Amino acid sequence: MTTKTRVPAIEGWFTLDEQQPTLLGSRCTSCGNFAFPKETFFCRNPGCQGREFAEAPLSRTGTVWSYTDACYQPPKPYEAADPYVPFALAAVELAAEQMVVMGQVVPGVGVGDLQVGTEVELVLDTLYEDDEHEYVVWKWRPTGATTGKGA
Amino acid sequence: MPDDKRVAVLGAGMHPWGKWGRNFVEYGLAAAGDALAEAGLPWTDIQYVAGADTIRNGYPGFVAGATFAQALGWTGARVSSAYAACASGAQAINNARAQILAGLCDVALVVGADTTPKGFFTPVGGDRKDDPDWLRFHLMGATNPTYFALYARRRMELFGATEADFAAVKVKNARHGLENPYARYRKEVTADEVLSSPMVADPLRLLEICATSDGGAALVLCSMEFARRHAGKADLVTIDAVSTVTPRFPQTIIEMPNFSTDSSATTASVGPTFKQSVALAAYEEAGIGPEDVSLAEVYDLSSALELDWYEDIGLCKQGEAERMLRDGDTTLGGRVPVNASGGLSCFGEAIPAQAIAQVCELVWQLRGQATGRQVEGARVGITANQGLFGHGSSVIVSR
Repeated sequence: MTTKTRVPAIEGWFTLDEQQPTLLGSRCTSCGNFAFPKETFFCRNPGCQGREFAEAPLSRTGTVWSYTDACYQPPKPYEAADPYVPFALAAVELAAEQMVVMGQVVPGVGVGDLQVGTEVELVLDTLYEDDEHEYVVWKWRPTGATTGKGA
Repeated sequence: MPDDKRVAVLGAGMHPWGKWGRNFVEYGLAAAGDALAEAGLPWTDIQYVAGADTIRNGYPGFVAGATFAQALGWTGARVSSAYAACASGAQAINNARAQILAGLCDVALVVGADTTPKGFFTPVGGDRKDDPDWLRFHLMGATNPTYFALYARRRMELFGATEADFAAVKVKNARHGLENPYARYRKEVTADEVLSSPMVADPLRLLEICATSDGGAALVLCSMEFARRHAGKADLVTIDAVSTVTPRFPQTIIEMPNFSTDSSATTASVGPTFKQSVALAAYEEAGIGPEDVSLAEVYDLSSALELDWYEDIGLCKQGEAERMLRDGDTTLGGRVPVNASGGLSCFGEAIPAQAIAQVCELVWQLRGQATGRQVEGARVGITANQGLFGHGSSVIVSR
């Protein structure tokens, strides 16, 4: 049995550091505005004429702004496992960047384990796989620093 | 309101919503035919056709305003085509209004129609790694109900909304739509039925999420001068405002189909939220306020989202929507009925037709013709809606 190669499900949106991954946003070199995914052309701040952006690793931890789950299998282009396994999603506030970033929540953590305000951290996890590759994506995982409802 | 700031509605028409599986053009033509009949005008009198486009039924040329003009029979009428997702209909209304107010035409036909597939709306096909709408499905499995559910959960946490409140919205709207001949679902539901329907996106259940429907809606709009000449001194229903605003930076509430909000780290977020600004712009244009409104048609993509709209269109303060609902203020017979038509809850969404259908309902309500769902003495109505990618939509209609 051969080991599959882990590759990002999308290039350039996050680092592949398995221990301490970060999302890769951008910062406008003129006004400092953060964006995710990266801004590449025009700064979205209407008061800024910026055209140049530095890569900006975003905060690895944040707090849950809101959350839900996907009880039914999402349609393509989502590549669902067979049989389908429902998953939770969270919109997470990053304090330093003052923005909210969505993502799936790691398998095994459901809506009953989440609350608005739950602290979560970024991890890498498999989104789907084919014969040779595991395609990885960012997901949110509770740090345990704040307790969910069940605790 | 001065005549150079408003347009008259001479006719409204709709094809019943459903899952008919026929060509969308057919629904548009049926609606246009009814609107022209109400207006008492032949198609050949129409000088301008404003189409609200669907994207699900073919290439852009096929789904444009000209499709309806050709189907009605080429007359040389001028044409426009608008695509703004759920707000397409408001854009088409605004295109027609602008032509009339600019004096470029006297009378215009607005028409939108759609045929929808079963199940979740999906993005345009292909391998589209630069399209956020494609990517949110691919990378997160985030469907439209995902976003509706984030807002619903937020209401529960911030304002103490309960699953029973969300179910009560559905029960109310189902009752409102019972007698509406254009509604797809005309059946009472109980709170128990709502709360025992399958969970789709926690805390939202199947009966609380709007379906996707086939349907068509049309309006005949004209200048005030043309209306008086044509309709005599009859009490005219007029469109007094059309808001098509976009958000202001930084947009700090997560919106479909995005992965993130704007950042407010370097630019503070001040002033109203996007959804609040949609109605505010309409009120300002019409020179009225929420206290003047007799009824509202708002976009209840989910039952919980209707509660957000109560606050966003100013019917109550933030956090008070549940109280309004529980007090019966937004039920037929209450202070300001919301979704007297039955709303998306009873219709399901036929995207390019929906914002036009909201106005059709207000027109019939203001004329006292909304049999079985009439808001007594209605004088002013407002619609509110939001289209994917930042398209605000709100129309104020008065008599």
